[in-house]
Amino acid sequence: MAPKASFAQYAARPQAGVSATVAELRSVSKSFGDVLAAQDLNLGIARGEFLSFLGPSGCGKTTALRMLAGFEAPSSGEVLIDGQVVNALEPFRRPVNMVFQSYALFPHLTVADNIGYGLRQRRPRLPRQEIAEKVGRALEIVRLSGFDRRRIWEMSGGQQQRVALARAIVNEPKLLLLDEPLAALDRKLRKEMQIELQDLQRQLGITFVLVTHDQEEALSLSDRICVMRAGRIVQVGSPQELYDHPNSRYVADFVGTSNFFEGRVDAVEGGRARLVTASGLTLAGRASAGLAAGTTGCLSIRPEQIRMTRAPEPESQAVTVHNRIFLGEHTEYLVRHETLGNINVLTPRQAEQADRGFETGETAHLAWSDAAALVLKND
Amino acid sequence: MRLYTVVVYLFLYAPIAIIALFSFNAGRHASQLQGFSTQWYARALKNPFVMDALETSLIVAFVSATLASVLGTLAAVGLQGIRGPARTVFDAIIYVAVMIPGIVIGIATLIALVTVFEVLNPWLAALWPEGAQPPRLSMGIGSLIAAHTMFTMALVIIIVRARLGTLEQALAEASADLYATPLGTFRQVTLPLIAPAILAGFLLSFTFSFDDFIIAFFVAGSETTLPIYVFSSIRRGVTPEINAIGTMVMVASLVLLIVAQLILRRGPRR
Ligand SMILES: Nc1ncnc2c1ncn2[C@@H]1O[C@H](COP(=O)(O)OP(=O)(O)O)[C@@H](O)[C@H]1O
Ligand SMILES: [Mg+2]
Repeated sequence: MAPKASFAQYAARPQAGVSATVAELRSVSKSFGDVLAAQDLNLGIARGEFLSFLGPSGCGKTTALRMLAGFEAPSSGEVLIDGQVVNALEPFRRPVNMVFQSYALFPHLTVADNIGYGLRQRRPRLPRQEIAEKVGRALEIVRLSGFDRRRIWEMSGGQQQRVALARAIVNEPKLLLLDEPLAALDRKLRKEMQIELQDLQRQLGITFVLVTHDQEEALSLSDRICVMRAGRIVQVGSPQELYDHPNSRYVADFVGTSNFFEGRVDAVEGGRARLVTASGLTLAGRASAGLAAGTTGCLSIRPEQIRMTRAPEPESQAVTVHNRIFLGEHTEYLVRHETLGNINVLTPRQAEQADRGFETGETAHLAWSDAAALVLKND
Repeated sequence: MRLYTVVVYLFLYAPIAIIALFSFNAGRHASQLQGFSTQWYARALKNPFVMDALETSLIVAFVSATLASVLGTLAAVGLQGIRGPARTVFDAIIYVAVMIPGIVIGIATLIALVTVFEVLNPWLAALWPEGAQPPRLSMGIGSLIAAHTMFTMALVIIIVRARLGTLEQALAEASADLYATPLGTFRQVTLPLIAPAILAGFLLSFTFSFDDFIIAFFVAGSETTLPIYVFSSIRRGVTPEINAIGTMVMVASLVLLIVAQLILRRGPRR
């Protein structure tokens, strides 16, 4: 069970200089027939922050975004923008803009006309001159100056992506919503665009809300990440908080990779917990919030937190090296423990060189500090 | 297999080819060729009955195709918003409207209009001021236009619906997201993107109305369209003049159909 989120828990954190919350979800639920796409979402979005919705496909990220844009009305709860309840406000009246996953560029308009589309809808009308200037500046920002007369189909995928971005930011929205904007790009281009997105957000100071299923993308771009699971918010926090202090096995598993050893929580005391595995092994680590003794839980340890040595150390675990993958800066080992099963270990290059590495079939000893391990509820 | 194909095409196109051939016949008899001449074309175009019928046909075709394009487009856009069983029913009704034989539409329209006129005419007479001649609703160019509009509207709906189906739903959402009102979205995004389909629908409707004999025969009243004129002349024997008219109508229709096809082909890109 995910903890029931109170609004206060996930309220937007004040940032330097800006304190206001630009948008809020208050107990928002959305059902499509029998499907509960979003359940009791509570979230404050701070002005100027880069927030990501992260979760596997079908967990309700797009639904949450579409409720902010106004394409879906919540079944219950309230959506607020700038302190106003906007549940019944049509999309075209909301001061937010969206970058669609498919870009949704207008094929019958030129690049410049696509970008100027939102400006041309303003009433009273903006002078032509002003629209042209703003479009020109937007083209510059996304580094597409000189492409204004091009047709959409004459542009590459990456360029179309940037036209879609320009078309949204030219309106200076209160919220820029991005639904998996980079999913269609190849890996190299995606990396480039990630950096551009981050630069753009800092340069413009517009609040970005990104939807992604790519944890790396969320970790590298966001000020805060909102992890979702089956329509619910599981945890909200900075990338580092989520990585170091996941509140559940789900988050620990989804944000980064981790090894999990299941067992019974034997004792919880002073922020520390002891776990006894089925085979009787006792492991210790930090206790996650709300952990109670006597329940089933698991110990989570990140692969890079594990030291692998030839000689046994106090409290170390003997394992057999099963597989070795050279990754350049790191070497990834898959080792097998008699009762704990498969364990991933990531060793830095320096340690490798000093210790010339392990061969498959070799016996090694694993050790980690209790502070690096986390005992979590098993969900 | 080859031979079979040749025979089928021969069967389909030989009569048409013969009509076109004999329309250039210098002689007056349909049975023997007596050299090349375009005199029958000149005669047909100078014949006041032919020109009258042509004018009626063109007016009916243009007005009914225009009405069908406007109403059909509105219907297609409206149907986009309907989901579930109601949509299935509407779709079925539209396809049935296209497949119903012309003769059924002709008779049904005739009966329906006659019934309505019988009810309305006494009312009009009663409501009209004393002394003035009350108008009498009857068959004529109005009923022709109405019947053709009804039938060709189904064609336009099908063509425009197909085009709407290929449009990305996200485009309308993107437009709304960029502050365009629903009407603004229709005008600036939907309409330009379905315009080729509407134009193709117009051309097909025009062709259909211009070529139609069966429905027109029932509802034309005292009006004479070109196909009705041709039909009544044939009863007095086929002359090369009729061949000339037939050839002209066929060429015009083919050109319109080919243009409509090209417009539909060019599809999503402009
Ligand atoms: N318009 C809709 N009609 C019916 N079900 C929908 C609709 N939109 C989303 N859903 C369902 O809601 C759930 C969440 O979908 P979505 O928000 O798109 O997830 P995500 O973006 O995280 O992949 C899914 O089970 C999906 O099938
Ligand atoms: Mg999605």
